[in-house]
Amino acid sequence: MPDAAPRELTFAQAIREALAEEMRRDSRVCIMGEDVAEAGTPFKVLSGLVEEFGKERVLDTPISEAGFTGLAVGAAMTGLRPVVDIMFGDFITLTMDQMVNQAAKVHYMSGGTWKVPMVMRTTLGATRRSAAQHSQSLHAWFCHVPGLKVVLPSTPYDAKGLLKAAIRDENPVVFFEDKMMYKQKGPVPAEEYTIPLGLADVKRAGSDITLVATSSMVQVALGAADLLDQAGISAEVVDPRTAWPLDEHTLIESAKKTSRVIVMDEGYERYGVTAEIASVIAAGAFYDLDAPVKRMGAMHVPIPFSPPLEDVTVPTEQTVFEAARALCGRS
Amino acid sequence: MTTAANPTHTGSAAAAESWIRMYRQMVAIRLFEEQVNELYTRALMPGLAHLYVGEEAVAVGVCEALQPTDYITSTHRGHGHCLAKGASPDRMFAELLGKEAGYCRGKGGSMHIADPATGNLGANAIVCGSAGIATGAAFSAQRLGNQRVAVCFFGEGALGQGVLYEVMNLAALYKLPVIYVCENNLYTEYTHYTETTAGDILQRATAFGVRAESVDGQDVRAVHAVAARLIESARRGEGPAFLLCNTYRYTGHHVGDISREYYRTKQEELLWKTERDPIKNFGAWLIEQNLADAAVLERMHAEIKLEMEKAVEFALASPYPGVEQVGEDVYA
Ligand SMILES: Cc1ncc(C[n+]2csc(CCOP(=O)(O)OP(=O)(O)O)c2C)c(N)n1
Repeated sequence: MPDAAPRELTFAQAIREALAEEMRRDSRVCIMGEDVAEAGTPFKVLSGLVEEFGKERVLDTPISEAGFTGLAVGAAMTGLRPVVDIMFGDFITLTMDQMVNQAAKVHYMSGGTWKVPMVMRTTLGATRRSAAQHSQSLHAWFCHVPGLKVVLPSTPYDAKGLLKAAIRDENPVVFFEDKMMYKQKGPVPAEEYTIPLGLADVKRAGSDITLVATSSMVQVALGAADLLDQAGISAEVVDPRTAWPLDEHTLIESAKKTSRVIVMDEGYERYGVTAEIASVIAAGAFYDLDAPVKRMGAMHVPIPFSPPLEDVTVPTEQTVFEAARALCGRS
Repeated sequence: MTTAANPTHTGSAAAAESWIRMYRQMVAIRLFEEQVNELYTRALMPGLAHLYVGEEAVAVGVCEALQPTDYITSTHRGHGHCLAKGASPDRMFAELLGKEAGYCRGKGGSMHIADPATGNLGANAIVCGSAGIATGAAFSAQRLGNQRVAVCFFGEGALGQGVLYEVMNLAALYKLPVIYVCENNLYTEYTHYTETTAGDILQRATAFGVRAESVDGQDVRAVHAVAARLIESARRGEGPAFLLCNTYRYTGHHVGDISREYYRTKQEELLWKTERDPIKNFGAWLIEQNLADAAVLERMHAEIKLEMEKAVEFALASPYPGVEQVGEDVYA
């Protein structure tokens, strides 16, 4: 008997399935956010959950990001496991005191006595023509803060396994979803699984250059790797999957193997995720590198609305391909 | 019919002129939005479009009571506010299409139109994002003594944001010339406001000592009358006010929000459109008062429609900004 074709889910379905499974498994898990119940969020990621779990566990809140994030912090400390929905990653600005001064520090400040087992789900990513206040990728902000974990899934499979692990984690975890990815399909087994936070995944093996890519940039890296392949360059694509904890070992080993590295992430390059990862690699693989580690991220501008302007603010397969060829001395 | 006999209202030529202007402006907003809908459904407009159709009397009634130098701040549903404050449709359409001729050189788009020439401090895509800005503009108007007033437009969804209460407290403490205009169109995105709003809305303002009134937001004369009173008293230094305008958006939260039955009924939409349409009802009143006849109003519609079509053509024909502009304007 040939194997049955693997089950395919969209990224959004994988997220929804992870939430549904965890809510069935643990009655303390609940969702709160704007238009999460009947509307199932503007991206329809949560459609159907209110029907199964009711309005008490899928709570429509006022447009009060600071308020309901604070509610989640307190609820997490006292027996629930809330999953907060922040519609656009740009709105995390409104939750910062709750996340940075409260959620992130409670465990440490209390000498390890209180815990904050909560998840904040939000989005990142540009090129949706949504302009400067609805297009940012601000995950690096949270990476800077001890006490928070930051997850950047790039496939439906990873999204499901990582979200389940995030919900079971005893710490505040911020989970960033690329909103351009919600309809993207990929294999997701029906069987139960989780993916530990802090484990990178080699999305494609190669020998000449390493493309480290997160979230939205993984597909770009894979596309660039195809182009590079045609040009006779073998690219390895490594996806850290979590920006913190960071799987330094896998990143460094890949860099040592290929000797050339480009790090890509849709956040700003300046003081961003690419800077951290590049420095980890530069230090860890120093004697094996044949070129300085190159970084590619969002251009250091507020995201413009106008399509031709917006398009040049993020790395593309073509720009990564060209950068990689140059790094390999083949331009 | 009693108002017709009142010389201070219909009797004055200035009032009649102002009413015709308000009617024209409401029609302009409606026809502007029709073009936006058209552009969007023909996939000629990038991004999202949040239409102001149904709410025209609020922006028009309030802005008619403002001076050109007065300030407004606006929202994601901001086309009506921008037009009512004097923006021109061609540069607005150009902005909506991301063209260089747009008010923000294509960088802002539908949700971020700003125009210093008409006192428009900017539309905002963050719910309640401009409450601070409007209050700050009132603060500088007071400190500079330039007699200006600031109007902060926001949807009732913004009542959920804490910053609103912080700035209302500041405005009351310092007696700032700012009017908080809450447009209650009953729904945030897909949720009825009663599910997210506890207590009494006006009392949220009066608790700070901010004068608060509510008005039928479908009646442009009523909106204008109360707005004019609050604005002039703010201008005299008597402090801030809060104006709750009860209104309705005819279409979806944005143009793509088509199946709406899970959060509101078709009958409800129909009722507002047929019984409470601000343009239709005001037009009927103008005719009844012999301030206009049906033919004049029809001609006005036709003229404005043509003007909007020309504005769209202008925008479609305009070039995009050159990519070298992407890095400009980050810093002043
Ligand atoms: C701080 C913030 N949270 C959430 C959103 C997403 N959002 C955009 S419009 C909207 C509803 C706004 O409702 P309301 O203020 O009543 O204005 P309306 O759309 O009804 O005109 C929401 C939740 C946002 N833009 N900003």
